Amino acid sequence: MPERPRLPISTASDLAAPARVLAERVREASAARRPLRIVGGDTKAFFGRATDGERLEVAGHRGVTDYEPSELVITARAGTPILEIEALLAQNGQMLAFEPPVLGAASTLGGVVASGLAGPRRPFAGAVRDSVLGVTVLNGRGEALRLGGTVFKNVAGFDGFRLMAGALGCLGVLLEVSIRVAPTPAAERLLSFDLDWPRARRLIGDLMRRPTPLSGAAHDGGRLHLRLSGAVGAVATAAAEIGGEAGDGDFWFDLRHRRLSMLTEPRLWRLSVGRTASLPDLPGQWLRDWAGAEIWLTSEARPEQIRRLAADAGGHATLYRGARPGEAVFAPLSDGLMALHRRLKEAFDPAGVFNPGRMYEGL
Amino acid sequence: MLDQFDNRLDPIFPPIERARLISTLTPLLPADGLIVKAEGMRVYETDGLAAYRGMPAAVALPRDAAQVRAVLKACARLGVAVVARGAGTGLSGGALPSPGCVLLSLSRMNRILSIDPDARTARVQPGVRNLAISEAVAAHGLFYAPDPSSQLACSIGGNVAENAGGVHCLKYGLTVHNIQKLDIVTIDGEEMSLGDDSLDAPGFDLLALMTGSEGLLAVVTGVTVRLLPSPTHAQVLLAAFADVRHAGEAVAAIIAAGIIPAGLEMMDRLALGAAEEHTHAGYPTDAAAILLCELDGAEGDVGAELARVATVCEACGATRVRQARDENERKLFWAGRKGAFPAMGRLSPDYYCIDGTIPRRRLPDVLEAIQRLSREHGLAVANVFHAGDGNLHPLILYDANSDGGIERAETLGGAILELCVEMGGTITGEHGVGREKINQMCVQFTAAEIATFFAIKAAFDPAGLLNPGKAIPTLARCAEYGAMHVHAGKTAFANLDRF
Repeated sequence: MPERPRLPISTASDLAAPARVLAERVREASAARRPLRIVGGDTKAFFGRATDGERLEVAGHRGVTDYEPSELVITARAGTPILEIEALLAQNGQMLAFEPPVLGAASTLGGVVASGLAGPRRPFAGAVRDSVLGVTVLNGRGEALRLGGTVFKNVAGFDGFRLMAGALGCLGVLLEVSIRVAPTPAAERLLSFDLDWPRARRLIGDLMRRPTPLSGAAHDGGRLHLRLSGAVGAVATAAAEIGGEAGDGDFWFDLRHRRLSMLTEPRLWRLSVGRTASLPDLPGQWLRDWAGAEIWLTSEARPEQIRRLAADAGGHATLYRGARPGEAVFAPLSDGLMALHRRLKEAFDPAGVFNPGRMYEGL
Repeated sequence: MLDQFDNRLDPIFPPIERARLISTLTPLLPADGLIVKAEGMRVYETDGLAAYRGMPAAVALPRDAAQVRAVLKACARLGVAVVARGAGTGLSGGALPSPGCVLLSLSRMNRILSIDPDARTARVQPGVRNLAISEAVAAHGLFYAPDPSSQLACSIGGNVAENAGGVHCLKYGLTVHNIQKLDIVTIDGEEMSLGDDSLDAPGFDLLALMTGSEGLLAVVTGVTVRLLPSPTHAQVLLAAFADVRHAGEAVAAIIAAGIIPAGLEMMDRLALGAAEEHTHAGYPTDAAAILLCELDGAEGDVGAELARVATVCEACGATRVRQARDENERKLFWAGRKGAFPAMGRLSPDYYCIDGTIPRRRLPDVLEAIQRLSREHGLAVANVFHAGDGNLHPLILYDANSDGGIERAETLGGAILELCVEMGGTITGEHGVGREKINQMCVQFTAAEIATFFAIKAAFDPAGLLNPGKAIPTLARCAEYGAMHVHAGKTAFANLDRF
């Protein structure tokens, strides 16, 4: 009757063989205070600060462990290729709502969750952490902790599982993740408009004040691209109301998977800002996604100037790619928040072995 | 009963001289902002779990974040526990005063600070009522989605502490999915903002960690909520079943068909009979169970999808399926559901509401198992719950004035929660652990996991002064509970000495 019997205490012995090896390696590393660099498919090694450490490969710990479409949840080992998961979901008319960018066929579920990166649907369907329902994670002592679960409504214990999304592996080694999935919308329409950003922003604002079935709104500097997804009638009605030209599927694919040429620039900023904020012009290429809340920017301006720009717009800037050795990637935290981060890191990883410095220096 | 704290099993702080506490707090608060007399503190003795009672040392009623900060700093210095309280509607004893604590009521911080209809956000103080937000933004065609059944009274700060859900969360998410920024004060009196105007924040996702932390990590002094455009059309369908199993199967079948209802609720015979007498909603009282399935969206889509829901229900053995005739009847169907809890008063002097979640596909088995447990314990159980989420609310009917009334109800409730864990679910879907489910945490989590929760708490609150004895059991409590609690042939925490 029980699907996943719990042992009184998590020990490595109840883990699948590759996970047992991982737990042993973590214990050894902690004992010797030897840093580990956790690797899934190694497709996002550029993201975050450079971190030294022995490679800890998770890709061997793979496979879907539980998937029943009527539960709207899939549980899989962290090393499972994300493409395998998406293919299985597609066969059952379902998808990952947060549309993770997939930067290579080797990309794993664990890497997707740890990076916390989400695609164009994010403002309309939620972030990675909104879809994560539970994880099994190795802490620095090599203990497998199961945080959260497989059900959507679950308020037992602190939501340590959501904390893992976007933590860049700094808190633990993900072994298994349960993710909420969504039905694939019945209808989808792509639209495109010749509009500058100020006018595009007004149109997006109008649409978002009403129940419009938007699932994407991006501006490439010259054109506004809209994507509508949902029930057949709602999509048809909205498309007829909004007008515009037929959109381009390649654009949305390349936007999501970071293949648009500007997204492959060697030094690339990502600004996460208030959707309705006005930003001053800065020379460089601008690409807006997330209805204006996510801005991709190539600019030679000083990092402090770009960070100030994002902060003034109610958000923060990330040097998504191309940080020089020792250069900060993420927006600096206040002293109070940084102290809290250090203590949380220590709660999970007392010896400080997991991806040290990948997010912030000294963390 | 669990409202009794135990020195050996719960973190209890040595009492300090009351006069000293009062003289320290008095200058920090407005003249009417500190209650110290027993009759004034009586209303704070209990929250929505009225069976549990405790008296605080004092009640502080700050009007702004600076006063919250001052009270917290003072309590930290004195080593006095602080229990934060919103509207006091919580059902798990989360706001139950612990011995010698200062009860920090946020109810006077009840202003809506700003509404930004373009950004679809509102900045509010923690004491603002849940429903007041939707009312204030309705003129803009917007609403705040999480709608716990106490939404008329419950406060947004309490909603954040509990990660509150409601009828509509299957489609629109829980509190954590609908907030953008939190202002908090730590026990040391440090003010911090978690999140900003954007859709994420640098660093670890502390906004998510804070949500649902039951007042153990910090005190919320400001919330920026996300708003959604109100749907243009909503319609509800009522399906009656002659067998509870069939109703449970229909729930999974509706979701499997790719339909995400705005609400999908179930009531069994006992519940719907009482609700019908109470509200006269037009429920078929001869049914073993009914489902209420609401869809919202564009009118044509809602009609088409409801037709599919009807087909699915019929295929699962529904004896009758009908849509509400008009908006009035739709509201009446929901009024019956919302009145189901108060309607229990017709069946029994007291009821005890349980809150577990299970995977949807287990619904038929779990509903049967609950009936079996009900017979074994000799107490009737009515079921009225968020079926679409697998979030059960068995209502155990008992008489507090009879021998061992509440204790028997608690024992049965504990057995039902353990069943939920066994079925791959959780001991609480939306009411929180609070004081009530502290022992069942030992069943759901291992010693290493519980130690992790304490380590997270210590990162925010090293001395453990915020809401002690709630939400996370000490390992000593688990050992004690485990000693009398043999589960599936194994004693939980038998290996405790390893930690």
